[in-house]
Amino acid sequence: MKVCVCFVACRLQLPNTDLCPFFPLPLNPLSAFGVLNVGVDACTVCVCSLAVAVCFNCIPLLQQEAQSSEEDPGETLKRTLRAQRQRQKKRVHLRGEHLLQFSHGRTHVIQCSSGGVSPTVLQVDHDGAGKHDVPLAIRTRVKFREAAKRAVKGLPTAEEAYGFFTYNFEPDPKDGTVRMSRKKQKQRKTVEEDMGEADEQEDSEVDEDNQDEKIGQVRMTAILFNKYEIRYRKLIQRESELLFTPSFRTVPVAIKLPENMKPRYLEDEGLYVGERPSVSLTNENILENRILKMEEKWFGDDGRIIALPDPIKESSTRPPLIHMEEDLDPALQTVYKKVRHAHYGLYISSAADPEGDYQLDVDVSGLIFSHHPLFSREHVLGARLAQLYDQYLTRQHNNLTGHLTDKLFLFLYIFLPEHHRNTRQLRDSEQEKDRTLLKNMVKVWKEIKALREFQKFTNTPYKLCLRKENVDRASDKQEYEDEILAEVVELEAESEMDYQRKLAEYKKQLEEWKLWRRKQRKKKKKSQAQGDTEDEDEDQEVSESEGPAEEGPPKPEPLEKPDLDSIEQQVREKASRIRRKPGESILIPELSASGNITAYELCPRAEKARRDHVAKCFLFIKILYNNKEVSQTDSRSLSTDFRVHFGQIFNLKIVNCPQSINLQVFEEIGSSCSLLAQVFVPLPEPSGLTGSVPLEEFEFSSNQRVMFDHEGVGSDVPLSFEADGSNKQILMTSGKLACCVSWGTGEDGTPLAPPYHLKDGISCFVASGGEVTAPEYFRLEQLQQEFDFVTDEELDRSKRLRLLRLRNQEVAEFRNYKCVPALEREVTDEVFQEYEKRLKEGEIIDTKEHLDPHRALVAKYLQKIRESVINRFRLAKHHYHLSDLVIEEEIPSIGILGRNLFKLAEPKRPLKPQRKERKKVTTQNLSDGDIKLLINIIRAYSIPIRRPQSNLCLYFSKPGQSSQGVIQGSDWLLSQVQVRPFVEVSFQRTVLQTTTADGPNPCWNEELQLPFSAPNGDYSTASLQSVKDEVFINIFDEVVYETGVVRKSVHTQVERHWLGSVKIPFSTIYSQTRIDGTFKVNTPAVLLGYSKERSYGTNGGYDILRSLSEGAFITLFITIEPQLVPGESIREKFDTQEPEHLLQASERFERDAVQSHPDRPCITTVIDLNGKTVFITRYIRPLNPPQELLDAFPSNSQEAMALVARFVSLIPSLPDSISFSGACDLWSTCDQFLTLLAGDEEEHAVLLCNYFLSMGKKAWLIIGTAIPEGPTAYVLTFEQSRYVIWNPSSGQYYGQYDTFCPLQTVGCLVNADNVWFNVQQYTSPMRMSFDTTKAKLWKPFFSRSFSHPGLSSVQPEELVYRHIDKAAAAELQDRIEKILKEKIMEWRPRQPTRWNRYCTTTLKHFLPKLELSGGQDIAEGHRHELQNLLGDNRVSQE
Amino acid sequence: MATNNPSMFLLTVNGQIEGANFPEFDNLYCKYCFVYGHDWVPSSGLEEGITQITCKGIQSSHKLIWNFPLETTFKSTNPSGWPQLVMSVYGPDAFGNDVIRGYGATHIPFTPGQHTRTIPMFVPEPSWRLQKFTSWLLGRRPEYTDPKVVAQGEGREVTRVRSQGFVTVSFHIMTKDMKKLGYDTGPSGPANTQSATSSWSTEGQPYNM
Repeated sequence: MKVCVCFVACRLQLPNTDLCPFFPLPLNPLSAFGVLNVGVDACTVCVCSLAVAVCFNCIPLLQQEAQSSEEDPGETLKRTLRAQRQRQKKRVHLRGEHLLQFSHGRTHVIQCSSGGVSPTVLQVDHDGAGKHDVPLAIRTRVKFREAAKRAVKGLPTAEEAYGFFTYNFEPDPKDGTVRMSRKKQKQRKTVEEDMGEADEQEDSEVDEDNQDEKIGQVRMTAILFNKYEIRYRKLIQRESELLFTPSFRTVPVAIKLPENMKPRYLEDEGLYVGERPSVSLTNENILENRILKMEEKWFGDDGRIIALPDPIKESSTRPPLIHMEEDLDPALQTVYKKVRHAHYGLYISSAADPEGDYQLDVDVSGLIFSHHPLFSREHVLGARLAQLYDQYLTRQHNNLTGHLTDKLFLFLYIFLPEHHRNTRQLRDSEQEKDRTLLKNMVKVWKEIKALREFQKFTNTPYKLCLRKENVDRASDKQEYEDEILAEVVELEAESEMDYQRKLAEYKKQLEEWKLWRRKQRKKKKKSQAQGDTEDEDEDQEVSESEGPAEEGPPKPEPLEKPDLDSIEQQVREKASRIRRKPGESILIPELSASGNITAYELCPRAEKARRDHVAKCFLFIKILYNNKEVSQTDSRSLSTDFRVHFGQIFNLKIVNCPQSINLQVFEEIGSSCSLLAQVFVPLPEPSGLTGSVPLEEFEFSSNQRVMFDHEGVGSDVPLSFEADGSNKQILMTSGKLACCVSWGTGEDGTPLAPPYHLKDGISCFVASGGEVTAPEYFRLEQLQQEFDFVTDEELDRSKRLRLLRLRNQEVAEFRNYKCVPALEREVTDEVFQEYEKRLKEGEIIDTKEHLDPHRALVAKYLQKIRESVINRFRLAKHHYHLSDLVIEEEIPSIGILGRNLFKLAEPKRPLKPQRKERKKVTTQNLSDGDIKLLINIIRAYSIPIRRPQSNLCLYFSKPGQSSQGVIQGSDWLLSQVQVRPFVEVSFQRTVLQTTTADGPNPCWNEELQLPFSAPNGDYSTASLQSVKDEVFINIFDEVVYETGVVRKSVHTQVERHWLGSVKIPFSTIYSQTRIDGTFKVNTPAVLLGYSKERSYGTNGGYDILRSLSEGAFITLFITIEPQLVPGESIREKFDTQEPEHLLQASERFERDAVQSHPDRPCITTVIDLNGKTVFITRYIRPLNPPQELLDAFPSNSQEAMALVARFVSLIPSLPDSISFSGACDLWSTCDQFLTLLAGDEEEHAVLLCNYFLSMGKKAWLIIGTAIPEGPTAYVLTFEQSRYVIWNPSSGQYYGQYDTFCPLQTVGCLVNADNVWFNVQQYTSPMRMSFDTTKAKLWKPFFSRSFSHPGLSSVQPEELVYRHIDKAAAAELQDRIEKILKEKIMEWRPRQPTRWNRYCTTTLKHFLPKLELSGGQDIAEGHRHELQNLLGDNRVSQE
Repeated sequence: MATNNPSMFLLTVNGQIEGANFPEFDNLYCKYCFVYGHDWVPSSGLEEGITQITCKGIQSSHKLIWNFPLETTFKSTNPSGWPQLVMSVYGPDAFGNDVIRGYGATHIPFTPGQHTRTIPMFVPEPSWRLQKFTSWLLGRRPEYTDPKVVAQGEGREVTRVRSQGFVTVSFHIMTKDMKKLGYDTGPSGPANTQSATSSWSTEGQPYNM
């Protein structure tokens, strides 16, 4: 069964529309099927490219089928068509049947659609055997019949047949067809031409069949398809390996079930299976197919996918959420938790629980005015009455009188006369008060009544009723009398006692008086002589003073009786005053506010105004906590009885210590608002919680003066109730505020009060705060102790804290100290040992380490400078620039763009590869093993060759071979290799070597990779810059000896003879990122058994130059992988004494130089040892070299210069980058340099230049780059019309055209007068001119426009040399010798080292000679001496 | 012995880089690394990593999900230099160049428990306008020399940055022996877990900071 896939696509257009998408013709769906089914002819009918395209889809399927039956797809197609043709013929013959057939086909189609997978699937039987042919494409039956009729006439011609299929059956019968056929014929021809072998076949078919036209077309298409097909098949094949497209056909039940099993339907068996979730049939089929492919067991017994019942409920089970908030289930309610003040404890007390929060509830209940300016007179009286009544009530409540009366009886019984009397007095006064109160109340009430009557309206609702309580008159009287009697008795006894006491006193006084009197009389008598008048006066005076005394004694006698009466009388009087009369009923006043107030309309005008005023009056209360307003009540109107009810409770969450709570009463009339009074409320006790504290009334008053023109009485205004205006009163606004302050309680009843001790703390705090005079400013000093982490002593004592501090200060030893222990005891003392040792070292100069004390001093001095520089550097390191943090692409300038464009046009030169710039890596991310040193050893020149001296060879070869060597003589020499050198590189404990090459000019071209590890794993820039490791490149000669033949195998011994070495410090490589060039190999002055080859240096004129560049050379390329960003120099502005304009000019000059020639170093200002910026020309000044040097070669200036250069080069070199960790380049003056005896290339160069100048030479300082130093300074001299370049650190000199000159780039020239920047095309000294007068080639700093300001030199006028201390030198010599001996013995600890004294002395003699010869080759005599020595030694070797 | 008197404390960080919110960009990936002080040693887990590239879903139009797990344990003697998580997000620009989309950093939470952090991201700005144009054109935006710069304060004043989206990270923190060494980072109160449900779960929820 074959399925046409094209329907997948076709059905999109065809079944649902009656129009062909390309021609607006009505289409029958069925006819469309026909069209597509037949394939090619269908397309021609439709002339629809889509159809063709669709048919393309059919082809693979058809072909697949063909393949399966091992048939050619074209053949298959052909057969299909043939079958069709036959069908057509059949149709022609059985024209009656075709309708039926058609209908049959139709039904078939329908059958297919109903039973097939897709409703539009058609079956194609290309074998042609089946009777169920697919119906033809017919528009209408009528038209079909017409065509059939025509066909009946005979076999249809090609045109007819074609017309049959192509005819569009529109009106326009013949012409169009013919035209079409012609066109088709033409097409056919072209097709025939195109197709090769197919032609013949077709031709034969043409003969065979009339319908060749059609076949031709079919074939063409088929072959076209063939082309596609090949590609398509491949694609399909490839896809089919990867892809699986699940079919959407229903899977037969049998496949889904295990073999030999029948489907079992649970539902049919009566079991409940539930309703399956609805899945569309297609999807289910796809899923089933997929599962089948995956071979998983997912099918149930019924052959369907196992599925749970549909989980989706018809109605929602979740309670609906959209509700009003009130309806929300309490379980679903959002719970809000309040923000916690965790810092509360800080404020209120450090000891307080930080979790606690404290709440102060202020309950402002209400306000009652006892006087208010708006009071009417009646109000005043009413208020007074109310006040009195209140007093009365309070008294009644306390019942002091009753209480005291009880007490009185008690005292009477236990007889405590003193207490008794006091109590009685108290009771009496209380009783009196009670009585007056009552009287006053009655009086005020009467006044009110009078007033009400007078003013004809009532303002207050007060009503005083006096309730009478009748008493038993007899018993009352009895009681009254008893009491009076008791009191009288008491008083009598008392006065009796009093009298007795007084009498005794009187008697005593009388006695005294009498005594005095007698004295007086005597006196009188004496003084009577003096004068009468005086006496009289005196007498009178005396009588006066006597008066009471004399009157006293007779008085008690007559008062005895009447006094008792008067006492009783007094008592009775008092009793009648303060006490109810016996039998009189008890009066109990009752004040009620039930009276009616006269209505507003009935009042007179003034009263109306007052009432209006009252209505306008509003009151509110502000609550101030610690003098800060926290809240205020609502504003309430004043009621007519001058009460205000607030009833508000304020919950204050407090964080500060409570100090005061202040309630301010404000009155608001209209828009004006005034403060009436302040009420200070005491703070509650911590136990005073809300609910347990009763409301308290706090009185307040105001002294404001208020006056009104209406009935209001005002305040602070005299007021009188008397008709005549007397008895004036002044009333102040006053009242009572009912409120209560208490601590709140939490939800769970926990008190929100601070703990009890806190209260004390507060009081202390408040108390002390009052005494201490606080300063005006605020500082945290008082609290500083609290902020102290530990005490200072502890800070100093703690090792751990010290470690942490030192690390933070970036002290070298601790800079990257990892994992400071958490506990004090884990910090060992060893950690500090090194540091403390260093600290001590700073003070003590260790002479042992240094060769002489002078150097030790220098070293110390240098150390100091280094430290200061490093400190400065560290400071500067923390100043960041944008480029330190952010990588940003440079904007390409037009120049660079142009150059790049030019580069594009450049011819490619694959044979000349160039090293490309690599990406730079910042050092932060690196770790051990990341960095490698790449050393490319390319070639070497002029390696010393083995000396063909037979007798010398003797000593190197074994005795057995030596005879042979002698015999062979010169022949042996020629056949023997000159030298077999190899290179060994050692760096940081790694040693690598190249292969062995041949000859004095070997070429290795080998790359060696050496790992690099930074000290302490610190890959910071500063750390890398201070790496002191060096790369040693040693050249060895490999000598192989045959030691003998043992059992047919040749035994050889390999010896390595050291020929020379080159060492390059890592810091140089790091700062320059790469080193590329030819280096001079340091060879020993005497190489035993080797001679320097110079066979080729014979071309005349260059001889002198040749001799200058003598020695072996090696070409190297060294770099670091990955490329590291070298540290930048300090960007700090230094102090200076240079004039500003000079500095600016120099800055400009340098900037211009960098812009135009970025690779040429240009220096105009340098930093001296004091850290000051100095202009460079100040360093150049003729300075005298030591006289001895000048005297050595008085005639030969060149020799003298060489000697001076040698002298300078002997001063030790100490690169700044190491000593100052690359921070900056410091230039010392020549005298400083000679004192320090250490400096780098600049100092050497400056000194050499100055010497040359003093020797009368033309000399310049060259600022440039050289290998391997990098940026450096050389000296240039001009002599005998040629320029000589001097390397100041080695003492070597080179001609300008010397190939091996290490100077690579010349940046600028400096002499005492000027600085010239190199603006020539080339930088190599060989290719440039040193004529500084040419402004085109050299750009001068000082020109006509900016002339030299006459800068003075920083150098001293003259250098003073000290004579060498011979003894010290000898001592030094001994020490060196001793050290050397020790070292040698150390190297071979197992064997005893015996020293040949003779050898030592001989060698000692060589040394001065070597020095004198300046490293030039030594005379033969030396060699012979050496050989003699070695000859002696040989014995000892064996 | 070691359990009674510990000399180090441990901090275990589990969690995940949940995703990001970069309204303008798509197809982003994220690099992360930890920055910590001298006294810290990562004892297990990855110190740095790189997520897969993610693009925005159709449903959640503005959220990029990585769900990239973090799992690292640190040990330390000193809380100074507490680890920080540094994130840098990259993605292609209009021309397909891989450019930086954001840097951000956050301290690992101190308290044990679950935490969700939304890290605001930023990128350095070109120093001037022409630079901005060329960097856009060439696809070479300014980048930090080291992403770890964002974890330190030093030298940041020289840069200018623009904010750009957010990254959400969830942490589950465990500590050991901190209290024994005298460092009390406090309990994980209920306040810390308030954002336990990540905002990724529900669509359309406003981005809460």
